Amino acid sequence: MSLAAFFWRHQGEILQSMAEHTWLVGVTILLAVAIGVPLGVLVARRPWLSKPILGSANIAETIPSLALFGFLLPVPWLGDRADRLAITALTLYALLPIIRNTAAGINGVDPGVREAARGMGMTERQILWQVELPLSLSTVLAGVRVATVLTVGIATIAAAVGAGGLGEFIFRGLAMVNDQLILAGAIPAAVLALAADFVLGVFERRLRPAR
Amino acid sequence: MDTPAPACPTIEFRNVSFRLASGQTLLKSVSFSVATGETLVLLGRSGAGKTTALKLINRLLEPAEGEVLVEGRSTMEWDPISLRRHIGYVIQEAGLFPHFTVERNIALVPRLERWPEERVRARVKEMLELVGLDPEKFAQRYPHELSGGQRQRVGVARALAADPKILLMDEPFGALDPLTRGEIHLEFRALENRLGKTIVIVTHDMTEAVLLGTRIGLMEAGELTGIYSPGEFLRSTEPAAVACAANLRILDEAGREQ
Repeated sequence: MSLAAFFWRHQGEILQSMAEHTWLVGVTILLAVAIGVPLGVLVARRPWLSKPILGSANIAETIPSLALFGFLLPVPWLGDRADRLAITALTLYALLPIIRNTAAGINGVDPGVREAARGMGMTERQILWQVELPLSLSTVLAGVRVATVLTVGIATIAAAVGAGGLGEFIFRGLAMVNDQLILAGAIPAAVLALAADFVLGVFERRLRPAR
Repeated sequence: MDTPAPACPTIEFRNVSFRLASGQTLLKSVSFSVATGETLVLLGRSGAGKTTALKLINRLLEPAEGEVLVEGRSTMEWDPISLRRHIGYVIQEAGLFPHFTVERNIALVPRLERWPEERVRARVKEMLELVGLDPEKFAQRYPHELSGGQRQRVGVARALAADPKILLMDEPFGALDPLTRGEIHLEFRALENRLGKTIVIVTHDMTEAVLLGTRIGLMEAGELTGIYSPGEFLRSTEPAAVACAANLRILDEAGREQ
């Protein structure tokens, strides 16, 4: 059977796995942004926190993903549900690029602009929301883009702990030595990664401040 | 120091020193006062402590010793936010927000102060006209779409928008080419007379000091070495003044030859 025919026959399953996969990645990125952007702001504001925060995120990044899923399995609340476990592990991976880019974006704001903002009587909070974050938005988004592409890939491994997604096909294909099954997971994953990269890239360019 | 201290100072420095966290002293026991409505120019080389003195006025920096009084109150007693909104601030390269249009840049402080929207818009228009920019043409542009001189005008308009009584300017025209700078100097001189603000300008440009200042404070290595009227300054034996006077004389002679 040709690959196309295989895809056609299993389109229902493939689409469902893609939806699962997208859901895993989507929740992960939302969480990673919710945690990573404030941490990035903290790193930019308090340089002495930069080592511990970036260091921890860096270490998380170096743990092999399959091992990380394994480590988290016995953790009480986390190990109860596969998707919970998977999203936690994926979020840990997605944090680093987001924290780093947020900090870089804020540190990259023209000091003259920041000084003018302070000198005109803006509060620290107003400077953050009206000046620093808008001016670093495209850099933050570049981090989100890297994190998203990374997560789409690593999320295939989540199938190892039963969290579903496109990894199901890959693991089944590996077990059955069936190339078509592996490709049924790998090709849609690649398509998802490329699509996310493209869409976020468009936003990033739109939001880049003119100089 | 032969000019008498002004009667009702808007800004007063009383033995003010400032040190960095590293212990380096940037300002050594500086005292002076600025009368309501006058323009004091702090003149000196880079690193003389001019900008430090300026930032002590709107409490971007806090004195290590002595006190800075604004309208009779120590800056440390002021709420820093309301103190700063009370004082217009112009810096080199204007420090305009690149993601804001000219209109939003100028409207910044009025909006922070929650002026009604109609009043804000009228004020922006008024300010643009004041600095010689056509509101129709410029209000919706972004800073990167302006020339250096236009940006600097917008910077002045932004600083004046909330009608502060005090205006601080840090090398306001330093980044401009000499022709544009000359033009803006003349315009600003006219504006000074019209507005009656208390102004402190920091510069290393002696011509600017003589043109714009009602008094000139000479700074060197963190100390205020003298305060002169422009006339006194040109006649004084300060090396800086002698050089400046010589330059102006040459210009004058060149003018007369024609």
